[in-house]
Amino acid sequence: MELELEPFSKVNSIITPFDKANVDTDQIIPKQFLKLITKSGFGKFLFYDWRFDRDGKPKDDFVLNDSHYEDSQVLVTNENFGCGSSREHAVWALKDFGFNVIISPSFADIFYSNCFKNGVLPIILDIEKIHKLLQFEDEIELDLNSQKITLGDEYINFEIDSHRKVRLLEGLDEIDLTLKEDEKIGKFENDSSIVSIF
Amino acid sequence: MTETLFEKIWNSHVVVERENEPSLIYIDRHLVHEVTSPQAFDGLRVNNRQVRRPDLTIATIDHNVPTTDRSLPMVDETSATQINTLEKNCKDFGIKLFGINDPNQGIVHVIGPQLGITLPGSTIVCGDSHTSTQGAFGAFAFGIGTSEVEHTLATQTLWLEKPKTFEILATGKRRNSFAVTSKDIILSIIKKIGTDGGAGHVLEYRGDAISDLSMEQRMTICNMSIEAGSRAGLIAPDEKAFDYINNREYTPKNYDELVDTWKDNLMSDTNAKFDKSFTIDVERIEPQVSWGTNPAMVSDVTGTVPTPEEYGQSNEIQIKSAKKALEYMDLESGTPIVEIPIDRVFIGSCTNARLEDLKDAAEIVRGKTVNPDVNAMVVPGSQMVKHEAEKLGLDKIFKDANFEWRESGCSMCLGMNPDILKPGERCASTSNRNFEGRQGSGGRTHLVSPVMAAASAIAGHFVDVREWN
Ligand code: SF4
Repeated sequence: MELELEPFSKVNSIITPFDKANVDTDQIIPKQFLKLITKSGFGKFLFYDWRFDRDGKPKDDFVLNDSHYEDSQVLVTNENFGCGSSREHAVWALKDFGFNVIISPSFADIFYSNCFKNGVLPIILDIEKIHKLLQFEDEIELDLNSQKITLGDEYINFEIDSHRKVRLLEGLDEIDLTLKEDEKIGKFENDSSIVSIF
Repeated sequence: MTETLFEKIWNSHVVVERENEPSLIYIDRHLVHEVTSPQAFDGLRVNNRQVRRPDLTIATIDHNVPTTDRSLPMVDETSATQINTLEKNCKDFGIKLFGINDPNQGIVHVIGPQLGITLPGSTIVCGDSHTSTQGAFGAFAFGIGTSEVEHTLATQTLWLEKPKTFEILATGKRRNSFAVTSKDIILSIIKKIGTDGGAGHVLEYRGDAISDLSMEQRMTICNMSIEAGSRAGLIAPDEKAFDYINNREYTPKNYDELVDTWKDNLMSDTNAKFDKSFTIDVERIEPQVSWGTNPAMVSDVTGTVPTPEEYGQSNEIQIKSAKKALEYMDLESGTPIVEIPIDRVFIGSCTNARLEDLKDAAEIVRGKTVNPDVNAMVVPGSQMVKHEAEKLGLDKIFKDANFEWRESGCSMCLGMNPDILKPGERCASTSNRNFEGRQGSGGRTHLVSPVMAAASAIAGHFVDVREWN
């Protein structure tokens, strides 16, 4: 089964606090699990080396092993999340595990764009707001359309590129959209001197 | 209007441009490997799509391949599946594959330039972050995710937000140009600007200290641009770049004509404005050794392992990650770098496994023997590098010194094949990432240059290679 791109709707969920900086994609999904040739099934390997001990037993003190957060869809983390390797498997693993939203003060570029391609919403907030979220224990409501996170009786607004927002909301297939520009691509190929390899 | 080199390349590849939206950018070269492509080809099949330009696309197998005798069957079935899948996909979609037994097989970023496929002024993508290596030729070369691999296969374009530009000006002259390498320059830069210092930017390396470098040294610098968080790194191409591409297997037939246009166009204009700028004087740079778990956690070889506070200054988050890193690396603050003993040495990867790297390392090793407590290996970046090295007798120098001499591939750079560190093992590695578990779960990586790695293998601990004799 492939991951379907569904329209992104409102999210009501508690937050999984994950106060770590520079989390790299090697940690999110260690390389021994990159050998699958499908997009599904990566969730069980998410943060493998942090979640499990050498014998494959879950580590009690690791937040993702805490059943309290089992249904959480929102990961709140610290700066430079998703750095390192470009592996999209990192996003597939997070999504497959149940995270639809990742909130951080900053993301690595490739990871950030990989999120959108898979219907995962990455939100950039300043560090004070991150701290506030990390301490908030009740359910939050996140509305992409109005770009608003509700925490009890408070709001946090977030920014997002309007183009990307529309695509997430509508769950549009990017290749289909691009193929509508086929004529322009063809014209570009005719007008510029593209050098074939062979 | 004045433009930077990056802007020139960008502008000449725009297919569609709309205000406040990403632009559709044409892709001149697409390199494919076994790990990040199977789901992309699947996507094409499900939607009944073709590869738009097989003539601009090549594939190779590098991440998973065993580096031992390739005439034996592969032990790891899942790796074998991934390799077979790429073979089938290339066949079905008409893509040229440099397969496991091809004389041109190698790490994708090593073979692109070697085959004359990487061209100045072009846009190059691959489902691998170190595609930035090829920026050394004045190309906009960058890593993409699997969805973008599929998008490129289907449309030969990508929607991109225009990155900002970041000038890295390297001035001065290295005091010892054999012992202080381009690896030390780039590690010093990352140490200063941080692992996210280049985020959202394309770095352009400029200045005499850069022009001074050979093409292979330049590739090492551009390779690690991604470790500073940047989208890509590039260097304006000069005669050295043009010469490197000449007379390769896939050098374009109209090479002379192309060189003329490259010469006229591919440089930043004199007063071009960069969004950011950083200057480094290479005269002060010493051989570098990483002590932590990201590539900004680096010390001079004459220095010590810092305290978390020295490293993090007053940044709480950085102090916290340094503490965690020291714990993982099992190092104590204040330990002189040269007193850190090592168990393994890995000379390899797309950062430092080209011919010059191996030549320099062999210079250090010649006539000596690897410390009996150390297990050391050399994994050439490509089969072509391997054969050229063998022609020069480098394999013999390494083998005589008790280094293992392997077939080409990514190998212990990321340990997707059987070449991995055991938990707790400490490795001097010429690769690019020292993340936790990168070279094997629980393994500890110290990033160094090839000459530093070679000297440490002999000594059994880090040494200042400037004093080597
Ligand atoms: S050598 Fe290492 S960094 Fe380079 S492509 Fe292979 S795995 Fe990636």
